[in-house]
Amino acid sequence: MNRKLIDLWVGIFVAIGIAAFLFLALKVGNMSSANFAETYVVQAKFDNIGGLKVRAPVKSAGVVVGRVADIRFDPENYQAVVALKLESRYQFPKDTFASILTSGLLGEQYVGLDVGGDDRMLAAGDVIAKTQSAVVLEKLISQFLFNKASEGAEQK
Amino acid sequence: MPDDNLVKISDLSFAYDERPILDGINMEIPRGKVVAIMGGSGCGKTTLLRLIGGQLKPTRGSVQVDGRAVDRMGHEELYALRRRMGMLFQFGALFTDVSVFDNVAFQLREHTDLPEELIRDMTLMKLNAVGLRGAHARMPGELSGGMARRVALARAIALDPMLIMYDEPFTGLDPISLGIIGQLIRKLNDALGATSIMVTHDIHESLMIVDYIYFMSAGRVVAQGTPDEIRASQDPFVHQFVNAEADGPVPFHVAAPSFGQELLRGVGNG
Amino acid sequence: MARGLLDLVEQLGHRLNEKFIRLGFATRFFFTLLLFSGQSFRRPFLTVREVYFSGVLSLLIISVSGLFVGLVLGLQGYETLQRYGSSEALGILVALSLTRELGPVVAALLFASRAGSSVTAEIGLMKATEQLTAMDMMAVNPIARVVAPRFWGGVISMPILAALFSAMGIFGGYLIGVVFIGVDEGAFWSQMQASVDFRLDILNGVIKSFVFGVAVALIAVFEGYDSVPTAEGVSRAITRTVVTSALAILALDFVLTSFMFRGL
Repeated sequence: MNRKLIDLWVGIFVAIGIAAFLFLALKVGNMSSANFAETYVVQAKFDNIGGLKVRAPVKSAGVVVGRVADIRFDPENYQAVVALKLESRYQFPKDTFASILTSGLLGEQYVGLDVGGDDRMLAAGDVIAKTQSAVVLEKLISQFLFNKASEGAEQK
Repeated sequence: MPDDNLVKISDLSFAYDERPILDGINMEIPRGKVVAIMGGSGCGKTTLLRLIGGQLKPTRGSVQVDGRAVDRMGHEELYALRRRMGMLFQFGALFTDVSVFDNVAFQLREHTDLPEELIRDMTLMKLNAVGLRGAHARMPGELSGGMARRVALARAIALDPMLIMYDEPFTGLDPISLGIIGQLIRKLNDALGATSIMVTHDIHESLMIVDYIYFMSAGRVVAQGTPDEIRASQDPFVHQFVNAEADGPVPFHVAAPSFGQELLRGVGNG
Repeated sequence: MARGLLDLVEQLGHRLNEKFIRLGFATRFFFTLLLFSGQSFRRPFLTVREVYFSGVLSLLIISVSGLFVGLVLGLQGYETLQRYGSSEALGILVALSLTRELGPVVAALLFASRAGSSVTAEIGLMKATEQLTAMDMMAVNPIARVVAPRFWGGVISMPILAALFSAMGIFGGYLIGVVFIGVDEGAFWSQMQASVDFRLDILNGVIKSFVFGVAVALIAVFEGYDSVPTAEGVSRAITRTVVTSALAILALDFVLTSFMFRGL
């Protein structure tokens, strides 16, 4: 086994490794989208975030425009502060409306942005004023049952 | 003029854990001579070589090589000294994954920045000295025992050492190979102006080639002298060793209670 | 009876004690190894050669095993998922199981038995035939010349082999799911891309395989260097390499997984 042949094989080996890694990163993972793009961070305060998780998608009109970067609890207002990392190529008006939605009946939760009509655009560090909390299924069901029960009581 | 003795061993003791191997050894190896250290198997001869090479540290006493204590050297200093030492291991210890040529060239490549052509010339020269220039492309697995020993010898002298150590150079060789190795040890020592220490139990071959002999038993030096003195010696140990008698100062039996008693006890227990 | 029990407990303590002493030796050996690595990096070919022996020669077994694991995952995953009417999620299942767990773990187990054992055998035999002592007497440090290149060769090869294993496995899942069974190709890839996160899943998988590489390579060189220098001693050392590596891989996998995915 001479030295040149070993060098060649090890070169091929490393190239195969890089190719496999790129395949995993670009074709299997989400490296091709979002990660390289420049981003800016805005905050949004919610009364209840339900099951929202860090890294959940931020969508506008169904298109992923960013990710949830961080979730904190604000002890002064007793609210959840969610940091949204948005791609710089997408700009949103100041009065954009953020709500926590669910994909499908029991699917993952994400943040939906509904665009407002303001001329000024959101900049890094801004806080989205208008938000709607997550719909918590248990609350919804108990409300529904309660209404039904009271309806029944009225009818009697 | 520095000390006439290249190696000086004074009051050297060594023990593995609690088990004593060497006990108060004193030896002097004069420059330019071939000295044999003889003794039965397991008497600590190989340990002695390891101590001279600095691979083991003595529990007491000291080893001086070229006027400096080996046991007090740091890693760098020890390695600098070892470049001037060659050692032939009992079964050659050739690197089995590279050719004969690469084995002999190993130290030249590791320790010098010589161009490859020069390394080639020097390596072939060393192989020529042991008569194996024609076998330079073979792998160690394709050599006979005697040839492997000669390659290992060529490798040991690759850097023209001042001290060559041989650990049982004659073990497992046929009479012809044995004679060849014996002659080479003497010839190379004189040609290189080196000093040789040979650990062996082959008395007859040694008597022909060495200048001085130390006899060791149970970790001590029990006799010493030139070959002529040894042949004439009336010392019972030397006599037993030279004439290969089964029983003598070195007993045939390992220490045990009397055989009769042991047999009777066996019946009692059974 | 009580006497025998006491002896048993004492023996257990003794064995445990020995294990800890060996762990101490291994740690010291690791630091010595790092200390002398600089010397061996000055001659990169020594390490490149070991990447060849442990990495390139493992290519075949790793890619074939990866492919088969992917094929089986595809079949089993499809069977289970279609019961819940979500066979499009097959891509997610195959990709996540491979990148997070099976890729690094199975590749490391195969690597330990293919390359780790041969490194142990090689170093053990060099020790048994006094080649290491001879090298040391020739003023060439065997740790820098023999041990460190084999260690780094293993450390470099492992993440590459694990990535290859995962890629081949996903390809196998694609073959079974899309080509043979007929899951929608677009859904297969897009669902996969939507759920496999680069940092959380893929990079963490690479980190795992790197840690496993260090563990397996260290165990292999240590067992070889520490082996009893006889034929029997070397064969025992090889067995120990495979067994210890497997245990280390699975235990480390648990620790790493709990840190990475549970945020403990």
